[in-house]
Amino acid sequence: MRFVFKRSYNDDIKLFKHRTQMFWYLALLIFVVALPWLIDDFLIGEATNVLIWAIAGMGLMVLAGHTGQASLGHAAFMAIGCYANVIMLQRGVPFIIAFPLSGVIAGIAGTIIALPVLRLHGIYLAIATLAISILTDDIIVITAPWTGGVGGLAAPPFDIFGVDINRYGTPILFYFLTLVVTLLVLWAYRNILRSPLGRSFVAVRDSEISAQALGVNITKTKAISFGISCAIVGLAGALLGLFAGAFNNETFNLVLSIQLLLMIVIGGLGSIHGAFFGALVIGFLPQAIAITRDGISETFGLGTIIIPGIESGVFALILIGFILFEPRGIYGRWIKIRTYFELFPFYRKGMFKRQKTYLKTERMK
Amino acid sequence: MSFLTLENVTLRFGGLVAVNNVSFHVGKGEVFALVGPNGAGKSTLFNLISRFYDPAEGDIRFEDKSILKLRPDQVPSLGIARTFQNIELFEQSTVLQNLLVGRHRHAKVGGFAQTFFTPAVRKEEMEHRRIVEEIIDFLDLQPYRDKYIAGLPYGIRKVVEMARALATEPKLLLLDEPASGLSLEETQDMIFWIEDIKKHMGITVIMVEHDMNLVSAVSDRVLALADGKELAIGTPKEVQSHPEVIKAYLGSSGLDDKKEGAKK
Ligand SMILES: Nc1ncnc2c1ncn2[C@@H]1O[C@H](COP(=O)(O)OP(=O)(O)OP(=O)(O)O)[C@@H](O)[C@H]1O
Ligand SMILES: [Mg+2]
Repeated sequence: MRFVFKRSYNDDIKLFKHRTQMFWYLALLIFVVALPWLIDDFLIGEATNVLIWAIAGMGLMVLAGHTGQASLGHAAFMAIGCYANVIMLQRGVPFIIAFPLSGVIAGIAGTIIALPVLRLHGIYLAIATLAISILTDDIIVITAPWTGGVGGLAAPPFDIFGVDINRYGTPILFYFLTLVVTLLVLWAYRNILRSPLGRSFVAVRDSEISAQALGVNITKTKAISFGISCAIVGLAGALLGLFAGAFNNETFNLVLSIQLLLMIVIGGLGSIHGAFFGALVIGFLPQAIAITRDGISETFGLGTIIIPGIESGVFALILIGFILFEPRGIYGRWIKIRTYFELFPFYRKGMFKRQKTYLKTERMK
Repeated sequence: MSFLTLENVTLRFGGLVAVNNVSFHVGKGEVFALVGPNGAGKSTLFNLISRFYDPAEGDIRFEDKSILKLRPDQVPSLGIARTFQNIELFEQSTVLQNLLVGRHRHAKVGGFAQTFFTPAVRKEEMEHRRIVEEIIDFLDLQPYRDKYIAGLPYGIRKVVEMARALATEPKLLLLDEPASGLSLEETQDMIFWIEDIKKHMGITVIMVEHDMNLVSAVSDRVLALADGKELAIGTPKEVQSHPEVIKAYLGSSGLDDKKEGAKK
């Protein structure tokens, strides 16, 4: 068991609660920095993929996890980030400007779309954002002169201050680029959470009524959250475009939007950790399935069987499992395990049972 | 200058007249109580003052200015804070985080600075924290500072909600049944706190309360309502002995037993 002695208000603002925590995160950082020397180029590509998912996950987490607004349209904003970035690169804008700008563009687009859409609640909001997802496909096709329509676009080569970065040529540099973006987004996210803005997000999520009674403008707060969320997702989209090399109107489809949402649910809604855990699951699931499948065919002496839709199927099963048995996601489970060891042998079974919540007034809804 | 004035305020829910042509004013520094049987329209009056409902007729003025043009989220910046009858806390946050949301109207740094957590943001956070800590000390919430609301007992939640309203540094505090569901001892604390809020913080208090002991102990004036209509206004003694008031309460149950009735 650990007691944290706080000596100043700053202790509650710090990014790390105590030295041990800082130690573990530092160890993790050293590990991810050393990763390219530990694994081969193929796996580095996979790791990059996971990081891109994690950035997108953080983006959606701001909105769904911390502000409580589900969106099934976030692939659209990945698309905006991706196309904006590549279109600018093609026209000679340096990456170092085009990339952040693509996030800004996605963010602005998000804020504009948010204003009418976020007046809706719950399932209606989900349907409206779903419509955004479906529209994206058509819009990309209609704007073919810029987007290449069905034919798609190919990511041009790019460099940062003269250093060429290429997913195939220099996978390690691409990995580091993604890592730096991940860390910057993570840092900004943490900063927002420990500031008035982050608190107003959570306030809107947990009780719109009392948020308002404390002076939080609900519409504005939701729009800001949507904007920040879309900006981050836009950056992930830009990276994804460069990583994939080529993309078209079908890359950023509804399935991607759904996957994004499911990913953070599995990871654990309402915590940044959740975005990373979810990204690990989604990033390694195809590999895990392939390995298991090969294992099965080998032991049973069968040829390689390819079952169509197995990935979505397994994914759906995992999701249902989580909703039934661990609604707080992988992160929620991890907290329980950690508490178990921290308190050993004093852990009690009912510890994380939610207390009875008191009835909210029906009239004030 | 008048502090808070309601003038011929009427509110209907369909055919039901929840507030019927109510007028009163509250002076600065007063503790003003609203009493009346269930469904009298007391909470509805609070919702009118905090702009969750629009009156069908009448005017509400705070410091001589009509507030009817404002949105609910603009009311706190006037210096009006409130609690809710059924407690509306941010369940997934700690007590400290809840109180810090109360500082929202005092947040000055922009979103951009917050994203980078500039020194200005840190400085402001420390200032918010200092004020919140004063309130935590005042209401003896130290043991619960880092506890999540979801795990707190009812009585503590009531106090936390009041603390959060105080964190906005209001001029006018609206308390909807601050003592309902509290033990005798907790109610006693509440009496001291309300007196301190009035005397030492100089905050005007309007409260809805069924517990007549609490009402007589702390309030300067009392307004009795029934079925949306004013019955009587005056000192606690005057109102308690007013024939109309006694009649209204006899229709339901005794005046002092109301506390029990309100809890379910
Ligand atoms: N949103 C609403 N829609 C319809 N009717 C409502 C609404 N809010 C309140 N009412 C009705 O208005 C009347 C006054 O309600 P109000 O909540 O103000 O009573 P109250 O005096 O606070 O009573 P209590 O002591 O039970 O809290 C009640 O008859 C109630 O049912
Ligand atoms: Mg009421």
